[in-house]
Amino acid sequence: MAIAWIVRYLWVIPTLPLLAAGISALLKQGQRRFAAVLAIASMSLSFVLAMVAFGHALLHPERVFVNFPWMQFGSEWVKLGWMLDPLAAVMLVMVTFVGLLIFIYSVGYMHHDENFTRFFCFLSLFAGAMLGLLIANSLLLLFMCWEVVGLTSYLLIGFWYERPAAAAAAKKAFIVTRIGDLGLLLGMVWLYGQTGTLLFYDHGAGCMEHAALSLLATQTVYFGMAASTGIALLIFCGAVGKSGQLPLHVWLPDAMEGPTPVSALIHAATMVAAGVYLVARVYPLMSVPPAASPGAPSAALEVVAWIGALTAVFAALVAVAQDDIKRILAYSTVSQLGYMMIGLGVGGVAVGIFHLIAHAFFKALLFLGAGSVIHGCMGEQDIREMGGLRKWMPVTFVTYAVGALALCGFPLFFSGFWSKDAILHAAYGWNISRGPFYLGAIGALLTAFYMTRQVCYVFFGTRRKDAVPDPIAPSEAAASDPLEAAHESPTTMTAPLALLALFAVLLGFIGTPAWPWLQGFLEMRHASWDFRQLAEDGLPQLMLASSLLVFAGLGLGWWIYGRRPIKHAADPDALERLQPAIFHALHQGLYVDQLYALTIQRPAWWAACFANWLEQWVWNGIPLALSAMVKGLGWIDFSLDRWVVNKGFDEGCDSVAGSGRLLSRLQDGSIQNYLRLVGAALAVLALFLLLGRRG
Amino acid sequence: MSAPFLILAAVTLIGACAAMLFRGLVHCALALAVAFAGIGALYLNLGAQFLGLAQLLVYVGAIAVLIVFVVLLTRGGDSDSPPLSPAPRQFTGILVAGAIFAILAWAIFHSFAIHTPGMPVPQATIRQLGVALMESYALPLEVIGLMLTAALIGAVLVAMKEKPGPQ
Amino acid sequence: MTPLAGCLLASSMLFAVGLAGALTRRNAILVLVGIELMLNAANLNFVAFWRFGPHSGALTGMVFVLFSIGVAAAEAAVGLALILAVYRHTKTTDLRQLIRRRG
Repeated sequence: MAIAWIVRYLWVIPTLPLLAAGISALLKQGQRRFAAVLAIASMSLSFVLAMVAFGHALLHPERVFVNFPWMQFGSEWVKLGWMLDPLAAVMLVMVTFVGLLIFIYSVGYMHHDENFTRFFCFLSLFAGAMLGLLIANSLLLLFMCWEVVGLTSYLLIGFWYERPAAAAAAKKAFIVTRIGDLGLLLGMVWLYGQTGTLLFYDHGAGCMEHAALSLLATQTVYFGMAASTGIALLIFCGAVGKSGQLPLHVWLPDAMEGPTPVSALIHAATMVAAGVYLVARVYPLMSVPPAASPGAPSAALEVVAWIGALTAVFAALVAVAQDDIKRILAYSTVSQLGYMMIGLGVGGVAVGIFHLIAHAFFKALLFLGAGSVIHGCMGEQDIREMGGLRKWMPVTFVTYAVGALALCGFPLFFSGFWSKDAILHAAYGWNISRGPFYLGAIGALLTAFYMTRQVCYVFFGTRRKDAVPDPIAPSEAAASDPLEAAHESPTTMTAPLALLALFAVLLGFIGTPAWPWLQGFLEMRHASWDFRQLAEDGLPQLMLASSLLVFAGLGLGWWIYGRRPIKHAADPDALERLQPAIFHALHQGLYVDQLYALTIQRPAWWAACFANWLEQWVWNGIPLALSAMVKGLGWIDFSLDRWVVNKGFDEGCDSVAGSGRLLSRLQDGSIQNYLRLVGAALAVLALFLLLGRRG
Repeated sequence: MSAPFLILAAVTLIGACAAMLFRGLVHCALALAVAFAGIGALYLNLGAQFLGLAQLLVYVGAIAVLIVFVVLLTRGGDSDSPPLSPAPRQFTGILVAGAIFAILAWAIFHSFAIHTPGMPVPQATIRQLGVALMESYALPLEVIGLMLTAALIGAVLVAMKEKPGPQ
Repeated sequence: MTPLAGCLLASSMLFAVGLAGALTRRNAILVLVGIELMLNAANLNFVAFWRFGPHSGALTGMVFVLFSIGVAAAEAAVGLALILAVYRHTKTTDLRQLIRRRG
């Protein structure tokens, strides 16, 4: 079967941003226009190609792949490959579209920064790696792109590297995700060892295909756990790290030290979604039941669901007590990722991915809106310092409100409602436990509550920032105004906001139960318009219940924060007045960071000190001792040479000279002395002769 | 060991010691003359009449006088330091001389000379001496004549006052 | 002690005295004097051996001494002439000073 040209050239999609990154790396700081043009142009081209691929996938909803041999290990060949299937097509379109909008936004946001060129280089690098990750048909290729994505995350979080907080946050992100990546690597190695291939699909020989899966399912290792479960859990470790699930979530809130476009693109829409995507990709492995009990559900998926549920509630609780506008959104992201994991665990790929796509749009919208607010408040990020901004920044306010309602899951018109409901519906129907459902419901309430709190703090109430002159007439257009008053952001920033808001509304409709197009598309089956589906399966009750939860959260938030907003920035939060201890604990993220510092960082520090001691004294000691010995021998040799040989020689020469000097005194020119000597010699000679004669 | 011999030997030796010990040069020269005379007398005592007289003639008459002349001509030079100064050099000289004398004495006493009996006085007339000179020792005679001539001329040349060159 | 031994002893003493003087005195003339004494002691030896040894009739000892006296005279003349010449140049007959001047 001939392969369509788009599939054959699918690899161009990630390569274009990579090329842009490569060329940008060589540019000087002053060539910012060129760098921006390169990045945006490459991303636009990739978007166009992604749309073509999406169109192709629409017409041919099947999985097509191209594999090629890459490296030879002895007699074995390691192969890599790319594939195009509905999941990949949808993700490609999402990433390229959201990425393009964020690139355009960054032009305005980073306008004042002098490292503009470097920023776009890193952004393009990230985009290329992320797109490569999406189309990878090999776990190895996916892992390589995964690592590059992690690298660019590090580079971009620590973009303002002169700030120690940013540098520390970048390090933290890298190290924490590394812990997860270790699990992923172990899983990869195990998988390769068992199945001999890392290709997902390879005409029946791939590791996601039936032969490999049945092999893995039948093998049991420790505690009767099947190999498939073990590998699945290890791979999930990588997802836990990358997607910020409990317990490796600690890096995401600190990652907000990076510029806001970075937070929007990487830590809301795309990179953190890579973990979810990974689980979706290896879903066949995750969902294969153990051969011993074929009816039972997969243990791996159970773990995924529970971790997702716990994360969702935990993060939502902590988000309630945060003061930084971006940190609230960061914890919200962690919570929503938990929801996606619930969706994958209980309902399958389509459920999770639906929420992923919807979340990408409205979370990016929220982050970009937050960026607009920060830009307008001259860098202020504390929500207690803001207030009443809806008068000054109307476009931002409207789009932000749309995003917030979508996130809360306001019924019927916002995408969040449909995607979250799909998850709750699947959780309700999960036959193992209702736990995730209840946790998800609590999380939904909390989500509505904290988003309302945030919106009230930022946009309602009175303006709390001190150094504000009399309000000048607010204007919607851009930015030729003096920098003292809060102002609306320029069009390069507000246009993407508007576009994203539109999608935040419209996207919901591709996944409603009435027309589950997305689910059908992903599962490669036909979906039909059928309003009757809305009425079956307990769905109306569920929709009603979730709507009530949302209204309850919104109302509670409005009642506490909207009706009596705080007057001054130093005023304590309403909840803080009620329960200061609990509020403080939540504000500190339930002390998880402190726990890690105590239990992990301290022993690691001790181990490093010990290793250093070993290095200095023991491993180094041997060469040091040897060299000291050699030095000592050398010193002995030198001393011998100096004091014995040389001195002896000198003394010998001196004594010879001395005796010569002594003897030369005989030659003093005095005849009488000579005569005396002759006489003495004569006497001695005569004596000898006479004595000889005698003897 | 007859008495005359002893007396003569004593005189000679005293003269010799005096010659070596006196401070004034003229006194040394005169003591030397006495020593020479003593030796001449010893020759006579030993029966070498011509020799004794020749000794007196040559040594006492010529050489001692010559020495006196030279001493007088070189007056104004430094006077000699005390002969027996405590300088170690002087002492070494005496020591060496003493050692030589000791060895000679020891050799003498252990040699046949002790046991040689006395001999009658030999006949040594002038006539015999003359005949020996002319016959057996003619060559040495001529040679010594030549040598004396050369010495004479040489001494005159050496001691001659240098004529001032053309200036 | 035979006469011969006595003679030899006397001549040895004379010789020793002459040697001591030649080695000790600082004046050049006195060194010459010492040398003359040594020569005379040797001559005495010869005569003693002629007198008390065999073959006295050959007159060997006597003739030798005769020649020795002649040679001694020549030598004394030349030596003293040399001393005079040196004295004219250096105005001194002191051996030590002469050596010093010569270096």
